[in-house]
Amino acid sequence: MAAYSTYSYDVLVIGAGGAGLRAAIEAANAGVSVGLICKSLLGKAHTVMAEGGMAAAMAHNDDRDSWKVHFADTMRGGQYVNNWRMAELHAKEAPDRVRELEGWGAVFDRTPDGRINQRNFGGHRYPRLAHVGDRTGLELIRTLQDHTTYLGVTVHMEHTVIELLLDGGRAAGVVAYDRERGRFHVFSAKAVILATGGIGRAYKVTSNSWEGTGDGHALAYRAGAELIDMEFIQFHPTGMVWPPSVKGILVTEGVRGEGGILKNSEGRRFMFDDIPDNYKPQTASDPEEGWRYVQHDKSARRPPELLTRDHVARCINREVKAGRGSPHGGVYLDIAWIKEKVGNAEEHIKRKLPSMYHQFKELADLDITKEPMEVGPTTHYVMGGIRVDGDSQMSSIPGLFAAGECASGINGANRLGGNSLSDLIVFGKRAGEYAATFSRENGQARVDDAAVDRAIEEALAPFDRGEAGENPYTVQADLQESMQALVGIVRLEDEMQEAVKRIQTFKARASRVGVTGHREYHSGWHTALDLRNLLAVSEAVALSAIERKESRGGHFREDYPEKLPEFATFNVMTKQGPGGSVQVSRAPLPPIPDHLKAVIEEQKT
Amino acid sequence: MAKATFKIWRTHEGGDGTFQTFHTEVTEGMVVLDVVHKIQAEQANDLAVRWNCKAGKCGSCSAEINGKPRLMCMTRMSQLNLWEPITVEPMRAFPPIKDLVTDVSWNFRVKKTIKKFLPRKPDAPDGTWRMAQRDVDRVQEFRKCIECFLCQDVCHVLRDHNKHDEFIGPRFLVYAANLEMNPLDTEDRVPDLKNEHGIGYCNITKCCTTVCPEHIHITDNAIIPLKERVVSRFYDPITRILRMAK
Repeated sequence: MAAYSTYSYDVLVIGAGGAGLRAAIEAANAGVSVGLICKSLLGKAHTVMAEGGMAAAMAHNDDRDSWKVHFADTMRGGQYVNNWRMAELHAKEAPDRVRELEGWGAVFDRTPDGRINQRNFGGHRYPRLAHVGDRTGLELIRTLQDHTTYLGVTVHMEHTVIELLLDGGRAAGVVAYDRERGRFHVFSAKAVILATGGIGRAYKVTSNSWEGTGDGHALAYRAGAELIDMEFIQFHPTGMVWPPSVKGILVTEGVRGEGGILKNSEGRRFMFDDIPDNYKPQTASDPEEGWRYVQHDKSARRPPELLTRDHVARCINREVKAGRGSPHGGVYLDIAWIKEKVGNAEEHIKRKLPSMYHQFKELADLDITKEPMEVGPTTHYVMGGIRVDGDSQMSSIPGLFAAGECASGINGANRLGGNSLSDLIVFGKRAGEYAATFSRENGQARVDDAAVDRAIEEALAPFDRGEAGENPYTVQADLQESMQALVGIVRLEDEMQEAVKRIQTFKARASRVGVTGHREYHSGWHTALDLRNLLAVSEAVALSAIERKESRGGHFREDYPEKLPEFATFNVMTKQGPGGSVQVSRAPLPPIPDHLKAVIEEQKT
Repeated sequence: MAKATFKIWRTHEGGDGTFQTFHTEVTEGMVVLDVVHKIQAEQANDLAVRWNCKAGKCGSCSAEINGKPRLMCMTRMSQLNLWEPITVEPMRAFPPIKDLVTDVSWNFRVKKTIKKFLPRKPDAPDGTWRMAQRDVDRVQEFRKCIECFLCQDVCHVLRDHNKHDEFIGPRFLVYAANLEMNPLDTEDRVPDLKNEHGIGYCNITKCCTTVCPEHIHITDNAIIPLKERVVSRFYDPITRILRMAK
């Protein structure tokens, strides 16, 4: 039998980003014992990267706003394949969740009358994003972290979960290792909450940190839970492409909002070449009109650079594929050109885009007031995830809950900017609350020692293979290349079939990777263990994308470019089948109640 | 493409360590963390390094580069002299774990000793609070802190004099200042700052301010105003007499 230490909690939370911390707070407040496991140090989770803000219809800056408008905006953004109940709860509860942060020490930017200031954002009808400059994510995570510090939650930092344990079909705990010493730990719990974030690391170019390896998605999937909407991935059109250290890091939409234009290597403003018919009436007919729009001329229409994120990303992708890209595989985003239009453009740009000016100055040694930036699409967010009950956030496995990016439903086919941070606190809170209740109503589950031994043995196998095994970094890099090239922004049946085939060979290679040395803080070993999670989510993404033979939101198929009504009635669902196979099915969407349908119709006018 | 020599601190069994030399190729635009990752992927799979966001926002990849406390992700290779070997070693004010990774858990324990945020009762008609932007500007500066602990690493009170049991260090003086200066807060942390948190140890050499990647004016805006509160409470002759009279 393998050596390990054991812990026992009523509620065990996996992940300490916004959702995990908020869940831990709620469960601790309910009076149950709470353990919190995080892959990094406390307060370092990917939530810190969020800039824009958190959407909540508090109506501070425009009193026409209400939960109804927010609900309708979210459903429209998600192309109506959202879980309507989650969209409803999110819109109704976000204002209270934001206000309570202030009571825990968050310091938001203020309106002139001293309330929380709210800003405009894409897809939101009214100014709705509570924010702190361009570092709202840091404010959220620090506030929740500091609040948690005093609640008696036991935090296990730099621990990675490798297996979810079940007891007769119910969640019973997890097996984890600590990075520091490479020792194993078994946590038993009456309820487990997954809050592990995204899957960006399945792609070569991503805005996600190393942690985004789909751990929660894969743990739940392997335990038999259902995943939905995995084909819906948000590619942000403008990420940095150079230098390599920052490839994928976001370049805010604000650059284009201030008049930044996209050009290819021939100097052509290519966005004017491909304006979808249904957007033509709202799009500028020439650069002059586009410029007037960004100068707030209400009679002018928006420049094509400000078309929807998915469309702009595809256009950039096309230019690069056609050989008209920039030297580092992107296109040019030029804000410096406005010196033709405004006096003292340099000061103007620095004042309007301070963080972008510094980001490029410090990381790329490039002065955006003088030279164009190189940008390209970057894998940003996965709308898909663990299928949960809208009210309780419980998955199809009793006692297993999920919240935040690893859960699915709120966003449908596409997420609106700003809805992510509010999603974390609304559904983190709900998951914590319902998990605490579940833990009170159910006794301690039994830990299956044989399953623990199996998990540990499997985890140590890369050391047994040692130098004879393949380098895990090579397999990871090949997977990322394949997903990027074959299941990326523009998808085709043949390419995705090829990806599925390759994933099978990667799986075989992953089972043969080897590492040498000791278990202490061994990145090669960690990469080897992350591989199976990346492979599981990649396969779910590819198979779901093959199943959805239409284009909708974050999922675009060149062979089926239209949105089709018959695909608006279900979510694509993936579930583990016998012998490690993947079962793909269509889960019908629950009908939207009439009173909410009326809300949606009301807001269409 | 240029050649570079890196001397990276590697720990051995038993806890001591030595520099290991790596020769590698450096391409344009790389930062130190990229080079460390390249060495890790190609030459030393088990090289330990802590990192997350790679954009200077999470504060995980703190180290000492050519002897200076810095974030590896924000140190561009073009700023360094490639003719000489570049040394990368862990923060020296904290116990080593492995290679570039140190045990920073002391910081998390220190935070717990600082009295938590205690807001006054909501007093606006809608059950919330009103705060003017000008009143929160200075608190927002402190809240930019990414907890990289470089200020703790460079502080001689901790680094050279090992006063970890008596002094909370610049990071937590900034944390205390953020709570003390929050317009809603009603708690009093001044006696603790003097008696428990050792604010008197700081002799304002401003090393912490120099290394702060977020450019927080740690000494001028956080520590000195807190020192002033301690002084006026405990050392001002008039208030002292008044207190004795009580």
